[in-house]
Amino acid sequence: MSDDYSLRGKVAVVGVGETTYYKHGQSADPEFVLVLKAILAACADAGLDPKDIDGFCSYSNDRNDPPRLANALGIPELRYSNMQWTSGGGGAAAAVQNAAGAIVAGSAEVVVAYRGLAQGQFGRFGRSGGSRPVSGAAAYTLPYGMMSAAQMYAMRTTRFMHEHGVGRDAMRSIAMACYHHAQNNPRAVMHGRTLDEETYDSSRWITEPYRLFDCCLENDGAAALILTRTDRAKDLAKPPALVLAAQQSGGHRSGATAENTTDYVTSSFKPAVKHLYKQAGVTAADVDVVQSYENFTGGVVMSLIEHGLCTYENADEVLTFDNLRADGGTLPLNTSGGNLAECYMHGLGLQVEAVRQIRGESSNQVANAKVALANAGPMVPVASTAIYGAEEVLG
Amino acid sequence: MKLPAKAPEPNSENTPFFDGARQGRLVLPRCGDCGFVIWFPRQICPECSSQDVSWFEASGKGSIYSCTVTRRIPGGWGKVTPFVLAYVELEEGPRVMTNIVDCDPEHVSIGDRVEAVFEEATNRDGESGPPLLRFRVREG
Repeated sequence: MSDDYSLRGKVAVVGVGETTYYKHGQSADPEFVLVLKAILAACADAGLDPKDIDGFCSYSNDRNDPPRLANALGIPELRYSNMQWTSGGGGAAAAVQNAAGAIVAGSAEVVVAYRGLAQGQFGRFGRSGGSRPVSGAAAYTLPYGMMSAAQMYAMRTTRFMHEHGVGRDAMRSIAMACYHHAQNNPRAVMHGRTLDEETYDSSRWITEPYRLFDCCLENDGAAALILTRTDRAKDLAKPPALVLAAQQSGGHRSGATAENTTDYVTSSFKPAVKHLYKQAGVTAADVDVVQSYENFTGGVVMSLIEHGLCTYENADEVLTFDNLRADGGTLPLNTSGGNLAECYMHGLGLQVEAVRQIRGESSNQVANAKVALANAGPMVPVASTAIYGAEEVLG
Repeated sequence: MKLPAKAPEPNSENTPFFDGARQGRLVLPRCGDCGFVIWFPRQICPECSSQDVSWFEASGKGSIYSCTVTRRIPGGWGKVTPFVLAYVELEEGPRVMTNIVDCDPEHVSIGDRVEAVFEEATNRDGESGPPLLRFRVREG
């Protein structure tokens, strides 16, 4: 197949925008307004007029649909809109992938990947409704008290720890690294709240092996990334962060909850990673900084292993607090504070942070970061993952 | 403590499974073409797409494949914590989401041998529905 069938470097993120990030239920703005604010912030960041936007991509059944957004923004031509379906925030990198694909295909020129949520307005995400009918697949889960993603993925993490004998120490280090980075990030909901070993170890169990600090936050807010052709990016306000690769990742029967997932002990990234580095033209060793989606810390351990950033054997030795810090670590992780300590914007904040690292604008900047990996949704039926790079990576 | 028992709502695809449950029998679907034992109950084999699916009585025995002790959760289930949510791997192959009951949650772990029990359940209207397939630790 010709190289023309690769995204590599053809499209760049040229603008990023976020609203204030709020604790769950605390936004005074309705969700739709939050999304508009994030998009406008991304336009201002890029130096683009909102009327330049001609495409929208989102995921996880975002309620704020493109025709409504286009009306509100006065967009003259809506040429492309797209939704990626998955559980949780597994589609954050997929929305970027779909935006990039639309641009490469000539379907649109300036595409926004976005996500917004106001849980005070619409209720908590990921909570099983007690009034849902106990039929279909739910007939085999709901009657057993399987009410939350935490429980579903706790079982997967337990099995992972059983098979590989690693993860307990790494999970704590991941939580501590996220909180550590949030202290330098004024946007972070947990800015000003530190986490040490003792606090982690004495925190309450939610569902074993997850303690309170292993679980993502619940927040209100919105985030957006604007993508366009790399050759157009030169005229815009900020240095482009090139999309080197972006992939979705579903495996055999990975959509199974009550059923039998063939490969159970996985973060769901194995199918994507085969293509990811090849498309990007880099290896795991070239990755300078990683944003790895924490729905739960156990999934991050599996994700980093499956992305080739450590191994089943050395995960607890590599994934230490010192190694995961932006200030001097060998594998800087979740440098905004991530879903645990910045904000749980269903992972889109992690994509934004990867762009900031490539630009040199992070509040926990990794020196000379040229290649940034940002994944989404470990353990969900379809995850997604992306690699961003500075222009010089193309050579 | 007794766990909540909300009855599932059968449909035409899974009626033999729930009819079996009412008799205290674990009845599973198996593909007539490739032999795959299907969970959860389906009319079309997810392995080979055959529609030749028939039903047989399984042993009801298995072992814990993975589990979690849930200690904090909102709603009615929050009143019965800690409880054990588990995947049990049946002798016939499939892994089934379930609860381990009649046990000390502190002492349940992967590999424990278990057997099926069927517990009475009621639907949204408070009427008796198909019993729930749960498991308890098996001696020996």
